[in-house]
Amino acid sequence: MRPAASITTALAVFAAQLRDRPLRLVVSVAAIAVGIALAAAVHLINASALAEFGRATRELSGTADLAVRGTKAGFEESLYVRLASRPGVRVASPVLLREAALVAGGTLPIEGVDPLLAAALRPELYGELAGLYVALLAPDALVLSASAARDLKLVRGDWLSLRVGGLERRLQIVAVLPAEATARRMGLMDISSAQWLTGSVGLLSRIDLRLAPGLDAARYAAELQLPAGVDAMTPALEQARAGNLTRAYRVNLDMLALVALLTGAFLVYATQALAVMRRRRQLALLRALGVRRGELRLAVLVEGAAVGAVGGVLGTALGWLIARLVLSLQGGDLGAGLLQTATTRVATPPLALALFIALGIVVAVAGAWLPARRAAEVAPARALKAGDEEAPAAVRDRLVLASVLLTLGAGCAFVPPLYGLPLGGYASIACLLAGAVLLVPAFVAATLAHLPTPRSPLLALLLARLRNSIAQSAVSLAAIVVSFSLMVAMAIMVHSFRDSFERWLGAVLPADIYLRVSPAADTFDLSTAAAATLAAVPGVARIELRRTTQLSLAPAQPPVMLIARALPRSGDSLPLVGYPVATDPTLPVAFVSEALRDLYGVQPGGVLELPIAGRAVRFGVAGLWRDYARSTGSVVVDLASWERLTGERRYTEASVWLAPRAAAESVRTAIEARLQGGDALQVIAAGALKQRALAAFDRAFAITYALEAVAVGIGLLGVVLAFAVQALARRAEFGMLRHIGLRRGQVLRMLAGEGAFLAAVGVGYGLLVGLLLSVVLVYVVNRQSFHWTLDYIVPVGQLALVALVLVATAALTAGISGRVATSGAVVRAVREDW
Amino acid sequence: MSVPLLALAGLVRRYQADRPAVIDGLDFTLAAGEWIAIMGESGVGKSTLLNVIAGLDRADAGAVRVDGVELAALDDDALTLLRRQSMGFVFQAFHVLPYLSVGRNVALPLALNGVPEREIRPRVAAMLVDVGLEGMFERLPRELSGGELQRVAIARALVHRPRLVLADEPTGNLDPKSAAQVLALLGRAVRAHGGGGLLITHSRAAAASADRAYEFDGRTLVPLTVP
Ligand SMILES: Nc1ncnc2c1ncn2[C@@H]1O[C@H](COP(=O)(O)OP(=O)(O)O)[C@@H](O)[C@H]1O
Ligand SMILES: [Mg+2]
Repeated sequence: MRPAASITTALAVFAAQLRDRPLRLVVSVAAIAVGIALAAAVHLINASALAEFGRATRELSGTADLAVRGTKAGFEESLYVRLASRPGVRVASPVLLREAALVAGGTLPIEGVDPLLAAALRPELYGELAGLYVALLAPDALVLSASAARDLKLVRGDWLSLRVGGLERRLQIVAVLPAEATARRMGLMDISSAQWLTGSVGLLSRIDLRLAPGLDAARYAAELQLPAGVDAMTPALEQARAGNLTRAYRVNLDMLALVALLTGAFLVYATQALAVMRRRRQLALLRALGVRRGELRLAVLVEGAAVGAVGGVLGTALGWLIARLVLSLQGGDLGAGLLQTATTRVATPPLALALFIALGIVVAVAGAWLPARRAAEVAPARALKAGDEEAPAAVRDRLVLASVLLTLGAGCAFVPPLYGLPLGGYASIACLLAGAVLLVPAFVAATLAHLPTPRSPLLALLLARLRNSIAQSAVSLAAIVVSFSLMVAMAIMVHSFRDSFERWLGAVLPADIYLRVSPAADTFDLSTAAAATLAAVPGVARIELRRTTQLSLAPAQPPVMLIARALPRSGDSLPLVGYPVATDPTLPVAFVSEALRDLYGVQPGGVLELPIAGRAVRFGVAGLWRDYARSTGSVVVDLASWERLTGERRYTEASVWLAPRAAAESVRTAIEARLQGGDALQVIAAGALKQRALAAFDRAFAITYALEAVAVGIGLLGVVLAFAVQALARRAEFGMLRHIGLRRGQVLRMLAGEGAFLAAVGVGYGLLVGLLLSVVLVYVVNRQSFHWTLDYIVPVGQLALVALVLVATAALTAGISGRVATSGAVVRAVREDW
Repeated sequence: MSVPLLALAGLVRRYQADRPAVIDGLDFTLAAGEWIAIMGESGVGKSTLLNVIAGLDRADAGAVRVDGVELAALDDDALTLLRRQSMGFVFQAFHVLPYLSVGRNVALPLALNGVPEREIRPRVAAMLVDVGLEGMFERLPRELSGGELQRVAIARALVHRPRLVLADEPTGNLDPKSAAQVLALLGRAVRAHGGGGLLITHSRAAAASADRAYEFDGRTLVPLTVP
């Protein structure tokens, strides 16, 4: 007696049924495939972008063991002399990185290196240069990478004109590197030519070091005694820093994809659960004929696994295709502008792909688990009796578990971030959602219990029918509750974010016109002379100058932005969080962003040390300011203090206020004409700048909206499916109603009413749950991921519209599926008892 | 003395503590190969009795022995195996799976018992001949009449040669003519396949087709004199 025989027989019966009604199979597979595809696509896009980022970073430092780097401005060349002569250093290769403005428009990154030293560290890239050593000695010799040559349409021997500090310089292309050397678009020069060309004599951006074998690079780095603002990193650390910059954002995206996956999983669960309810009698018959309880459970699980495997494979393939499409259309940063790489390659990590397929199976099996248990517990004697219906779910047992989950969820919201990630927040959302779903039957039952018995016999029938099928309704409602509540929560978070962002833009952009020296270009300076020219432009009433620069406060953290501007000790004109505090009057004041406080533990009232002009300078932290532009931290100091400390009179930004009745556009053009900054200088009207910022914001969240829409779509699909399936299963009931004299239209109206009512209950409950989840998203997840606070704002109109569409769609599908179910054979419907 | 196929001793089944027991101390034995009819008012507990015998429902007191094996001593899996191998069911509502062909419906018990596929087909075909459905192997249930559906169910109940056939009002959903045909067929088929069992019916004519007939009143099975 082989036990396998009964399992295979049960599976053969299931397979026959799926062949007979393929719709259920198609929908289950589609649901899981869509969920997996989303998760896989977002993950693959992130992974591809990061892989490209890593490749670029490795290319930068080559096979060096250690890269010594300063800020963009660079550091003194004397450091090179000191490091190169240190014991333990085998090769020290100096590098200058500059962005040159092209006369023809655009910019070109220029890397100045010592050809022989660089070739020793990175033969693939610089190997060619060693051969060109003599040619590169000429001060106007330039080597282009293959992609730069292609982009600029230049060949060997051509000349290229650059604009440096208002002057035009011509360089000759002495060679073009083969495409295998690097994918980057750049020019290479001898380092002293580059220093002279870009006005950076005596400055370096980076020193690559190869150490003697056996030395621990990280420990060696710690002993280097580097000046303030310069640090040494191993390539691994450098990559980690790049990853850190974008991690919170990527984790959020992954979580979003997971939400879509969970909703998909829920649909699978609902599909399976409904299928089991509908197949009660078939399953009971199998039990009566001699299929053991465990065997039946196993068979239902195997069925779920098969569905999951097909869905997982299809979904992973679909996800890979989506990733390819997205990468070829807009590059790897998903619109957030954080990972600017030129990748079009999709990473195809076999392990991750296998994992996504496995995830499909796991989700489907998990979705089938409860239904499988119920299937095995069906009491055959009762289910086989005519007129048997699914008994109302045991609502009470779930209340305890639900309250445990809700309490746990509330508790998790107070957990501090782990590894810089809002894991507690995510756990909180998962617990709250699970608890809320468990309460769905209780909520439906309570709602139905409080409805008065209607006078109309049709409505009374409807109500009776609903009261008798709470378990079935609850399952189909749970899908809509899950997707709608998550949608509500995300909509509230994004809306709050956008609204706060817009208000913040108003606060930080009070002037009429803004000037910015392109952060990529080093060839134009907003000097004191230029500022005087600016102030003299007709129509300009007042100008304010700012100096921004990047500071590295801790080696493993991304750099922090320092903004020096006219700043009263009270912090007026800054969008402050809370009130300014008194600080040591002998120290200059600094206002730190919320991110800086979170990442470096700096509190208002405390002291912050910043590496400025080669030494550590102490500032009194007078308050917190809200900075939506930089999630890695920023600090605002008074421009006068900065000038005193550095002796510099060069600026990177300026705000311009117009004289009364001056036209912004004509003043803007006048400024452009007077200052002659070319591409290195941006002159933008405040309105355009705000618009551009908001457009960037919307682009960054486009993927969020897309995923949200898909999640709601999946939820809606679940509802449509549930109604279609139930309508078909209730053919006999409709046939009976038609027999006893109900018109077809009445039956359809009854069904539509039922659909609308259930959807309204689901949407209403989903709204409540969504509000709860949005509080966690706004105050915990967002806060811990990005370190900034938001004003909590509910987009009432938008939510009402989606809710209305959901309810209408549910009513419509219920009616349509009823039309199918009641079409034609009334007589046959009554006879077909299942 | 040989062990009876079925022995009930002091059988009690009570659904609710505050209501009288549905079956209240029933004693009864059935010899192998015996085919008997049980009649009784609606709601008196006939279906309950069959369910308890089949192991689909548990007795509150007393014993059910099938081939001398006490059902209370068996766990759910063992009971299921017993049903699979030794019992056949015919329901009032047919319960023929609509998406399996007639032949595949009949083949279910054989497949569950691990009979090799090459043996299944000839056995099912022969069984279909016995119930008058010759050549209907590939037909779908929705193309069949009520009487034909119940014949499919009878074939399914007998194809694995169970020792105990339990039929609960198998003609309750049929017109008198089909009912008479089905009952005659059932009696013949059970005997032809060497089985025995219980037939619950409202029809005196049907009762007459059995070896013996009883009236069930909840406590005892009172023998009826067949006219
Ligand atoms: N699952 C049950 N729970 C409670 N009472 C039941 C259940 N099944 C049957 N009954 C009651 O037990 C009695 C016998 O039922 P049943 O065995 O179906 O009668 P019969 O088959 O003789 O018509 C009836 O009064 C019925 O109401
Ligand atoms: Mg009965």
